[in-house]
Amino acid sequence: MLLKNVYDVVVIGSGPGGLAAAVAAKKEGAEDVLIIERDVELGGILLQCIHNGFGVEIFKEDLPGPSYAQRFIKDVFSLGVEILLDTMVLDITPQRKIYASNKRLGFVEIEARSIVLAMGCREKTRAQIRIPGTRPAGVFTAGTAQRWVNVEGYMPGKQVVILGSGDIGMIMARRLTFEGVKVERVLEVMPYLTGLTRNYVQCLLDFDIPLQLRHTVKRILGNDRVEAVEAVQVDEKWNPVPGSEEIIPCDTLLLSVGLIPENELSRKAGVKLDPVTGGPFVDDNFQTSVPGIFAAGNVVHVYDLVDWVTEAAFQAGKCAAKHAIIIRRKESNYVPLIAGDNVRYIVPQMLDKRNLEEHEIRLQMRVAQPIEQPVWVEVHDKENLVARKGERYVRPGEMVTVNLKQKNFTDVEKAENLTISIIPR
Amino acid sequence: MPENYDFIIIGGGVVGSMIARWLSRYEASVLLIEKEADICMGSSSANTAIVHAGYDPLPGSLKARMNVAGNLMWDQLSGELNFPFERRGDYVVAIGEEELPALDTLMEQGKKNGVPGMMILPKEEVIAREKNINPEVSGALWATTGGICDPFAVTFAAAENAVMNGVKVILNTSFEGFIMDRNRIVGIKTNRGSFRSRWVINSAGMYSDEVMHKAGIRPEFVIRPRRGEYFVFDRADLTIDNVLFPVPSLKGKGILVTTTLHENTIIGPNTMDVEDKEDHSTSREGLEEIWQGAKKLIPCLSQKHIIAMFVGLRPYGNGPCKSPGIDYQHDYIIEIPTEVQGFVNLGGIESPGLTSSPAIAQEVVDLLKDAGEEFRGKKNWDPIRHARLRFRDMSHKERKLLIEKDPRYGRVICRCENVTEGEIIAEIHSPIPATTYDAIKRRTWLGTGRCQGGFDTPRVVQLLADELGVSPLEITKKGMGSNYLLRPTKQLES
Amino acid sequence: MEETKKMICISCPQGCSLDVKVDGSIILKVDGASCKQGADYAEHEITDPRRMIASTVRVKNGFHPLVPVYTKMPIPKNMIIDVLTELRKVELTAPVELGTIVIKNVFGTGIDVITSRDMPTQ
Repeated sequence: MLLKNVYDVVVIGSGPGGLAAAVAAKKEGAEDVLIIERDVELGGILLQCIHNGFGVEIFKEDLPGPSYAQRFIKDVFSLGVEILLDTMVLDITPQRKIYASNKRLGFVEIEARSIVLAMGCREKTRAQIRIPGTRPAGVFTAGTAQRWVNVEGYMPGKQVVILGSGDIGMIMARRLTFEGVKVERVLEVMPYLTGLTRNYVQCLLDFDIPLQLRHTVKRILGNDRVEAVEAVQVDEKWNPVPGSEEIIPCDTLLLSVGLIPENELSRKAGVKLDPVTGGPFVDDNFQTSVPGIFAAGNVVHVYDLVDWVTEAAFQAGKCAAKHAIIIRRKESNYVPLIAGDNVRYIVPQMLDKRNLEEHEIRLQMRVAQPIEQPVWVEVHDKENLVARKGERYVRPGEMVTVNLKQKNFTDVEKAENLTISIIPR
Repeated sequence: MPENYDFIIIGGGVVGSMIARWLSRYEASVLLIEKEADICMGSSSANTAIVHAGYDPLPGSLKARMNVAGNLMWDQLSGELNFPFERRGDYVVAIGEEELPALDTLMEQGKKNGVPGMMILPKEEVIAREKNINPEVSGALWATTGGICDPFAVTFAAAENAVMNGVKVILNTSFEGFIMDRNRIVGIKTNRGSFRSRWVINSAGMYSDEVMHKAGIRPEFVIRPRRGEYFVFDRADLTIDNVLFPVPSLKGKGILVTTTLHENTIIGPNTMDVEDKEDHSTSREGLEEIWQGAKKLIPCLSQKHIIAMFVGLRPYGNGPCKSPGIDYQHDYIIEIPTEVQGFVNLGGIESPGLTSSPAIAQEVVDLLKDAGEEFRGKKNWDPIRHARLRFRDMSHKERKLLIEKDPRYGRVICRCENVTEGEIIAEIHSPIPATTYDAIKRRTWLGTGRCQGGFDTPRVVQLLADELGVSPLEITKKGMGSNYLLRPTKQLES
Repeated sequence: MEETKKMICISCPQGCSLDVKVDGSIILKVDGASCKQGADYAEHEITDPRRMIASTVRVKNGFHPLVPVYTKMPIPKNMIIDVLTELRKVELTAPVELGTIVIKNVFGTGIDVITSRDMPTQ
C-alpha cells in the first residue's frame, strides 16, 4: 500500500469507535479513508475484552469483544479502507495536517479533508488517586493486567486484591480466577457497586470473592514486589475509620478506579474540551469545535455499552465523509494560475471555475522586465490556447490585465491549471 | 585471583559517579561498585534537583564550602557532560512581615559563605516576577546563582564519562566487608567476590555509616534517614517557572514549589525522620503537610492535577564540623582517616550534596594528593560526553532524518512522553546498561506522563526481554525480586 | 420444605433483585422481576444454573501465543472448572479462523467452545 499525501477521512484509532467510523465513512462515499492504529493489529481494546456482552443491540447477538471487532474489520478490508498499523500519531494541526511515525515508513505527513478522533481512553493511575505506601512491582491497572493475561500470555500475579468495583475490575476478578489466581478481595470506596449488577453475580458472587463497599486501600506494602495492602473502611466524608484497618496479604494490587478520555492529540489540534467529560465538545454530528475534526467513542465520554459507541461512530464517520466530499468538490472547482514567461506574478492565484459560468474573471499581473514592442498576453491549458489579448507594450510599472470570458468556461472547466505568459508578437 | 585496582569506589550515586569521573582523568585503574540494579537509585534519584546558591549552610562548615565551590562548577560541567542544567536563580519568599528578618539573616549567611549575586526584593517586584505568588508576600531573597538540573541525567553523564575513560562500573554488587592487612585496607569483599585495591572510597550515601564502621572508623557516626515526599503535577496545567522556597525552618529548607526540567511543577519535600533506610513510602500526613506548605506560597494549586508522587531519603548524619569554634553537629565528613590506611571516607552527604558533588570529587582528589598520591594525567582523557538523542525534543525534520538512519526511532513506545524504541534500545546497550523498567524510565522519562506506564509497560518488558535475550518473566521493575510477571498464562505453577 | 432464596437476575443490565419461594426444586413464586425473563432466570438458576464462559487457549506459531475462546451458549455452572481444565490442555496451530471449534460438544452438553477471532501466523 502506497501512502497518499491527502485522504478524505483519516480515523485515529481502530477500536469500536474507529472501526465503525471508517466503515461508515466509506459507505457514505468518501473515496480515500485511512485508519492509523498504534497497535500491531486492528481492534483496539476489544481484542483484550474476551468476555461476551458486545453486540446485543447492534447485531442482536451476544458476542465476545474480539468477535465484535472482527465483524467491522471484515468490512474495513472489503470496503478498501487503508490502514497503518504500529504507527503513532505525534501531532495534528487545526488545519488537519497529521504527523505520524512508524518503523517501516518512518516519519509521515498526511493531510486529511476530515479527521475522526477515536483514541478511546486511558485508565486512572495510582498516583491520581494517591495511594500512599511503597512503590513495588505488582501494582497494575486492570487493563494492563488484562492485556498481559489475554493477549501476551503472562500472569502478573497469583494473589490479588482489586480496588474498584467497576466492570473491568470485576471482569478481571473472574478472568484471574479462571486462570488459577486467588482473588482475595474487591474493595470499593463508594457505598454502591460502580459496575453492572450482573457482573457482580457472574464474577464475584459465583466465585465467593468478597466485595467490601465503603472500603479503600490505605497503603501498599512491600519493597520490591507487593507483599500486602492495608485496607480500611471510610465514612461519608471519605475519611478512614480508625480501627478498621486490615492487612490483606497479596502480591498484586489491581486498580479499576476510572477511565479518562485520552485527548492529548485533540488538545494539539486545538479542539475545545469539556472539563466535565474530559472529552471534546461535540454537536449531534459528532463534529468538534474545529471544522472537519470529528470524535467518536470513549474519547468523547466513557460509554458502558459498546453498541452505543458504534452507533455514535457511524454518525461521526458519515458526517466526516460528507464534510470531506464537500471539500473535495470545492477543491476540484479551483484552478491554480501559474505565472509563465515574462510574468512576475498573477492575482488571483487561483480561480473558482463555477464563477466563470456566471460572469467574467479578471486576471491581473505584472511583468519583471519591460518589453517595448507589441506582445500577446496568452492563457494556456498546457498546449491548448484558451484566451489571448494583444498589448502594444508591457512595463513593470503598469499592471497588465486579461479577462476570462464565460465562453472560456468549457476550456477552463477541464484544466488542471492555467499558465499565463507574455510573448513578443 | 581477585582483580586489582588503584581505587575502588563504593556507591554509584551522584557523589560516587563524580569521584569516578574525576579519577578517570588520571592513569589509574578505578572500579565503582553499586549494590542496586542501576546507578543513581539511592538519595541521588529523588530530590529537588536544585543546584543551591549556598546561603543556607552554616558559615564555616564543610557543607558551605562544598556548596559554594560546587555551584561554580556547574556551567562547565553541564557543557562537558551535556546534561540539562538551567541557572534559573532561586527565591526564598517571605510571607507576612514577620518573616522578613529571616531574609536578612540568609543574606548575611550567604555573604559569609562567599555567595555572589544575591539581592532582597520588595513585595511588588516578587509579585511582578511570579504572578501566582501569595498576595501576602512581603519580600524575597533572590539568589541569581541558583539552578536546577536533572539529577539522573547528571549522575549518568558523570558515570558514563568515567566508563568511557576507562572506569569499570559493576551493578548488583554490594559491599560486605574490608580486606585488611594489619591496619591497611587492601581490598573489599562483596556478594560477587573480592576485589583488591590501594584505596577504597566510601560514597555509600545512606549506608556510609555502616561502611566506615566496618573499618572501625567513627563508631559514633550514625546516618538517620530523613524522608521527604514530593508531588508532581500535570504538565498541561499550572507551571511555576521560578524556584520558590519558603523561609527555612530548623528542619531544613522547607517545601519548594517549582517546575522541573521535565516541565512538571513539583512540590515538596517535607521532612520526616524514619527508622528504615529503605522506607520509600508516601503518606497521607505527608501530602497534607506538603500541601499546606505549597499553598502558602502558591494558593491557586489544585490537587486534582497531581499525576505522580515520589519519595527521597536524605542521609542525615551527625558528623561534627571540623572548623574551630563552630558547634555544628551535622556537617559533611570528607576525610582520609589516620586510624586505617588506604581509606577515603565520606559521610552524611545530604542536601546540598547534589550541588556539591563536583567540588567533593575535586576535594577527594586533593586529599589523595596531600596523602602522597602521584596522579599522572591520562593522555587521551576525554572530558566530553555526548547526550543521547531524544525524539521528544526534535523537530519534525530532525525526526525524519533520524528515522531514516535507524527505523527503530520511528516506533513510539511511550505515547505520553514520545519515547521511541530506538532510544530504549540505546539505553539497554549503553556503557552502563539499563536492564530494568525503572532504569529506562529514569534515563528516558518514559512512563512518567499521564498514563504512568499503563500503555508502555508490556511493550517495554517485551523489548527488554528481546534485547537481553531472556524471557519476559525475568524482567523486573527495579532489580531482583521486583519481577512483573510470574508465569505463562496456561501454566498453573510458576 | 418451603424456603425463600434471594438472587439477582442477570438477563439484562437492570439486575432485578428476586425473591424466589421454592419447595425443594419446585418454584412456587418469583417476586421482584420487572419482566418475564426474571421468572425464566429464576427457574434456571434453581434447577440448572448456567453461565457463558470465556477463556483462552494456546496457539503454536501464532501472531499471539493465545487465542480467545468462548461458549456460544451457557454451560452448567458446576462444569466450569472442568471445562477450563480441558482448555488448558489444548494447543492449536496457526493460522486459526474465527469460529473454529476447540472442544466439540463439551462434556456432552451439545455446546461447543469456539474461537472468538482469527489468529494468523507470526
